[in-house]
Parts: sequence; structure tokens; C-alpha cells
Amino acid sequence: MPRDLLARTLRTPDSVTRFSMGEWDVLIRQARAAGLLARLAYRFRRDSLSDAIPAGARWHFTAAETLADRQRTAIHWELANIRTALADIDVPLVALKGAAYVASGSPAADGRLFNDIDILVPRERLPEVENALMLAGWHASHLSDYDKRYYRRWMHEIPPMQHIQRETVIDVHHAILPDTARYHPDSGKLRSRAVPASELPGICVLAPEDRILHAATHLFHDGELPHGLRDLTDIDLQLREAATPEFWAHLLARAEELQLQRSLYYALRYAIHFLDTPVPERAWSALESAAPNRLLRTLMDAVFTRALAPDHATCADRFTPAARLAAYVRAHWLRMPIHLLIPHLAHKAFVSPYQENGTPKAA
Amino acid sequence: MKLLQLPPADLRRQLAGAGVWMRTGPFSLRVQSDVPDVAEGLAQLYGQFEVRSTHEAFADFHVSVRSTPGLRRWIRPQISFDFDGMRPFKPLPRDQAFPMLEWGLNWCVSTQAHQYLIIHAAVVEKHGRAAILPAPPGSGKSTLTAGLVLSGWRLLSDELTLIDRKTGRIQPLPRPVSLKNQSIDVIRRFDGETFINRASHDTIKGTVAHMRPPRDSVLRQHESAQPAWIIFPKWEAGAATRLTPRSQAQTFMFLAQNAFNYSQLGADGFRTGTALVDQTACYDFRYSDLAEAVAAFDALAEPGR
Repeated sequence: MPRDLLARTLRTPDSVTRFSMGEWDVLIRQARAAGLLARLAYRFRRDSLSDAIPAGARWHFTAAETLADRQRTAIHWELANIRTALADIDVPLVALKGAAYVASGSPAADGRLFNDIDILVPRERLPEVENALMLAGWHASHLSDYDKRYYRRWMHEIPPMQHIQRETVIDVHHAILPDTARYHPDSGKLRSRAVPASELPGICVLAPEDRILHAATHLFHDGELPHGLRDLTDIDLQLREAATPEFWAHLLARAEELQLQRSLYYALRYAIHFLDTPVPERAWSALESAAPNRLLRTLMDAVFTRALAPDHATCADRFTPAARLAAYVRAHWLRMPIHLLIPHLAHKAFVSPYQENGTPKAA
Repeated sequence: MKLLQLPPADLRRQLAGAGVWMRTGPFSLRVQSDVPDVAEGLAQLYGQFEVRSTHEAFADFHVSVRSTPGLRRWIRPQISFDFDGMRPFKPLPRDQAFPMLEWGLNWCVSTQAHQYLIIHAAVVEKHGRAAILPAPPGSGKSTLTAGLVLSGWRLLSDELTLIDRKTGRIQPLPRPVSLKNQSIDVIRRFDGETFINRASHDTIKGTVAHMRPPRDSVLRQHESAQPAWIIFPKWEAGAATRLTPRSQAQTFMFLAQNAFNYSQLGADGFRTGTALVDQTACYDFRYSDLAEAVAAFDALAEPGR
């Protein structure tokens, strides 16, 4: 059974008309692990392939789509609640990632499953925002003291806040990368180009090119990649939607301005690897200067072709655990200087696992 | 072929290797386990269920209950439940391996099968009409369910009521009936013939054992049923058997709060839930004597009533 069955199916959905029951079994399991069952269901429907799903396997797709539809409605509702909660303090509110795709009606919202809602506010307004959200029912989630301190001191977001009744989780960001990261784009620059969200008045989203750059940096700076392939499909869908020469020119210029060319290079490289994303020749040559040397590229390929694959037994080979660990360490290496990194990883390895309340999200 | 036709040694070998393919209600499973108690529990309780060759290609849920590795293998051994790479629960003592498989399977269904509105309730059927028994733990729901299915009612489920969102009918999922604490002895006294497996002690729910589902219920596990009653049982020492009507609005609110996936279904959950309550008669039910309780249910299901 091919290890890349899910990626292959996303590249050529027509192939499912010839699938055996064994292939359907593995496809569903890989897609569930990757958080892509609903997206696949959406894709099949769009391409009139739903009838190719065998009767016994169909419910997996309808159930996932039910969940995705409901989550999309819920994201609208939560964003509206956040907007109301922040109305009195008149703060510019920018939705990020999945919430931004929903708010702007992007194709990357179709069949997407969510874990939380990400928003961006100016750093100097953080205390007011946190207060206003607390008054509206969101409270700091249970984290160890170490993790709380870590978030406050080093991270580009405050500890996740969970709603006391609805249990939805908001990540409040003041930047898209930590201050300690090698490159951390100025949030003011990102916010200055934010555009009103077409589907939700009063809320903004980053400019289309910035949304792609954010998704790209997130993939290569985030330690754990349980949904790496899903995040790549987000990038793929946005690139396919915006595929004009002007857009590519904007994207490349912006990547240079924000010093995020290397992240963009990798995102495109692995989007092509997994999803055959169309990237114009000219864009490639423009990114040539940002490309790593051949040795590093070979190493990165070995790591990311594994770490971005679905986290499922049928996708793994004997190097997968090492590749995931390498991606984790590399992400932290980029996020903080060595004198912070070593104590942090040591704490994560030797202290956190033995604490009573485990961390819901690895910092 | 049925599981009981599989020689115990083969069952153990398959479980420890590629896994056993089996069907419960609308779902197919591949179960793997290196724990002897799991093989024993399956052989004792799932004998009437269909099994197929390990080479069967497709299964809805790939699950395993395995011993945790390392020192734990020898000192206070533990087991953990795995759903295709996901570990939703913390490991438990090995004595609880079989109940953990049951809880794990319930978890798989209730977190994945959103083609149904899934209510936390037992459900039984007679003469084509189903009685849904939602109730908080400790209300005597499982005892009553076991008593009813040992007296001619068909077991549809003891834990998960699956309402088909398209048809509004109930999809059976007849698996072993979970009995807790005193109810294990109550059922043993009620019907000395029935098979109840070895109890696991000190679980999160106290002492737990499972009763083998009646053969007829398993054979008819693909036959859906029309919901007719929603009855909230409450066991009370010395109480007279009494059935009293209950408000439909309150019943709906309770079901919405006690459904596993009501909020995940959005507007369709509301539609399915209200349609269900609209076509059922809702009651509160108090009892202390199981035989009397069964008689009251039989009277309710009398054709023509």
C-alpha cells in the first residue's frame, strides 16, 4: 500500500474510481489522522466523485463534512462574539489562519477542521484585550506555571483562553513569530495591510499574500506538525485561487520585505512535492537566492517529506520518528537563541512529562 | 462465520497478530490485543457476532488494547486503548482490559459516527416499537435494560442510542450490556441462565461486568426500529412501580444535553431531536422490583395500546 496514498489522492482525485476496499481503508485512516477527511469529502463532491465512494465507507465522509460545516458556522459565531467582546475598547481585530479563511470566504475554508481560533491584536493593547475577553467568559486554560511564564516572556501569543461555557479556545497573538526568532516580521507592517473580511464586517484578515506567508512560516517554525499536510493544502488552495502573475509578484516582493523568503521557498517546495501546486518558473528563479545549499536541501527533504506526511502508521518508514524529532528541534532552534533553547528543551523533556497537569499544547 | 466457530487458540493468535475483523451493528472493527482477558471476553460475549478473515480489507475502526511496554509489563501491569494511533484514555490496570475495549469502542462511535444523533441512553424494542431509556448513572438504567432483554425485549443498545438523521429510526448496536456493582447480582438472581463475565474491580465506575447480549438481538442487529417511548427510569428502594407522563419540552432539553454529538450536528441535531420527541410518548418511571418493572413495560407495549 503506498505510503503517500492521501497526498496522491489529493493530487489526482480521479484515481479513486479504481480504488480497492483496501485502498479506501488506508485513505480514510490517513485522512482522519491528517485532519483532512472533510476536505477530501468536499473535493470528491466538487469533482462529482462522491458516487465512487463505496457504500460501506461513505459515512466517514458525510460525518466529517457534518462536523466541518458545523465548525464553520461556529467560527462565524465565535468571531462575532469576540468582536462584541472587544467592541468597547475599539481595538483593531485581525483573524488569523483557519478563522481568517472562514471570515474571508477563502477556498481554504472548505472542509477545514479547527482546533482553535487565532486572532492578532497590537501588543500594547494585550492587557485590555485579555481583560475584555475574560469579562466575556474566556479564561486562561490550565497550564503549568512554567508554560505560563514561557508564553508571557518568550512567545508571540498569550496562553490560550477557553470559553467557560462553549469551551472554544482563542489564541491571542501580538505577532506571527516569537521575538526570539531569527526573523520576526514587524506585526505593524502586517496589520497595516490587513483587509476587511468579506463575510464578517468589523473583522479584518491579513492581505492575501501575507496570509500565505503566515501559513508558510507557521509550518516551518512550529515544533509539532500533527496537521502539516492540512496546512500545506491551505497554502495550495490559496495559491491556486490567486494564481495571477501580479499576485505572484506581490507575494515575492512581500516575502523579501518581511525576510520570509526561505520559509516561502520551503512551503512551495513541499507543496509541489505533496500536492503538485502550480508554481510559475519565474517565481522559482526569484527564490533561487533564498534556497539552501544542496547538502542542506537534501537534509531538509529527508526531514520534511516525512514530518509533513500524515501522522499515521501507514505513512511512516523507519526514519519518520527521527525526522519528526529533527523538525521539532529545528523549529525551536529557529525560534530562540541557544542559551534559551537548551534549558527549554531540557524542561520539556525531563520536567513536563512528570507534572500532574500535562500541557495541552506544546509550547 | 461466527466468532464462536473460531477455535480459542486461533482467536488469540489472530488478536495478537493481524487482528480479528468483526461486525457490530452498522460498524466493522479490526481488533488487536495481546491481552488474554480480551480474547476471553470476546469469546464469551461476542460468540454470535460475524467475524471474517484477517485479510478482510476494510474496517471502520482499527482498535487495539495492548500491554504498555517497559517495566510496567512486570510491575502492576497496565494496558492502553488505541484507535488507529490515537490514545484517548490514560492506561488502566490490566484487570480492566475488557471493559476498556468496550469503553473505547463506545468512544469511537460517539466521536465519529455523526450520521446519527447519538444519545447517551439504553434502547430496547418490542413489537417493532422502541423504548429509549436515558438516565444519569446510578438510576438503574442498565439493570432495567438487562431485565427487559432477558424477558423478551430486543436489545438495541445499552449505552448509545443511534438515531438515523435521514429516517429518524433507531439503528441497533447490540453489544454486551455493562453491569455495575449491585446490579451484577440483581441480574444473576433475576435470570440464573444468563452469562455474565468475570467482574473487573476498582474501575472508575466501580465493579464492572458484562452480560452476553441475547442471540436474537445480535441476529437482528441490522433491523432498525421506530422510536415510540422515551422513559426515564429511576430505581428507588421500596418504591411502587409507577409510570408518569413527562413534559416533551423538558425531555428534549435533557436529550440535547445528554447527546454525545448534539452540538456537532448544528441545526440538523435540533431537527432530529425535536422530530424524535414529537413522535414519542415521554414518561418518568420509578421502580424497586425488577419483575414488576418488566411487567409494566410489557403492558405498555401490549399491541393495541
